[in-house]
Amino acid sequence: MIKSELIAKLATKLPHLPEKDIADCVKNILDQMTDALAEKGRIEIRGFGSFCLHYRPPRNAHNPKTGEKVRTHAKYSPHFKPGKELRELVDASRDRISTLSDSSSADTNDD
Amino acid sequence: MALTKANIAEKLTDVIGLNKRESTDLVELFFKELIGSLSTGNIVKLSGFGNFSLRDKKSRPGRNPKTGELVMIAPRRVVNFHAGQKLKAKIERNTSDPAAGE
Repeated sequence: MIKSELIAKLATKLPHLPEKDIADCVKNILDQMTDALAEKGRIEIRGFGSFCLHYRPPRNAHNPKTGEKVRTHAKYSPHFKPGKELRELVDASRDRISTLSDSSSADTNDD
Repeated sequence: MALTKANIAEKLTDVIGLNKRESTDLVELFFKELIGSLSTGNIVKLSGFGNFSLRDKKSRPGRNPKTGELVMIAPRRVVNFHAGQKLKAKIERNTSDPAAGE
């Protein structure tokens, strides 16, 4: 499901709202989530999950092309922890839906 | 303070001009749709924010960290989140504080 499909689905369930407003809301929700993380905040959505930042300390690395040694900058990477409801529903779907609708060809060689 | 559904809905009321009821319904449905999609085996791609993908994990041996007892971890399906370019870039820009380095 991509953003436009999500907007279309919400529009069918909220027929009293103009689709333009729903599209604006979806964008706004994602912007709010982005901003919250950019300000080192957490996002907690009961049932869905939580987002937080994980600190990555600076480390010694090298440029594989030139062999030159570099020290990376410390950074924060976003992390998502699925909530209980999402975790359980997704796991339960394993029995019902055996094929994942992922278009990547990396894991299609086992059945 | 953590961002919650209530905060998100409040902002929608202010910015988009929906009433309180419409905002809370929309935010509630937004996450319901994501859960619905993922729990029917469909990955979610939100351009600019990130992708929620699904992975099937094989069963593997594990240990109860408290008792040291060997237990089998059942095969399961899990959700993975990969942050998108825009999200990563924004976090990098906002958190790279030269004073807080080293």
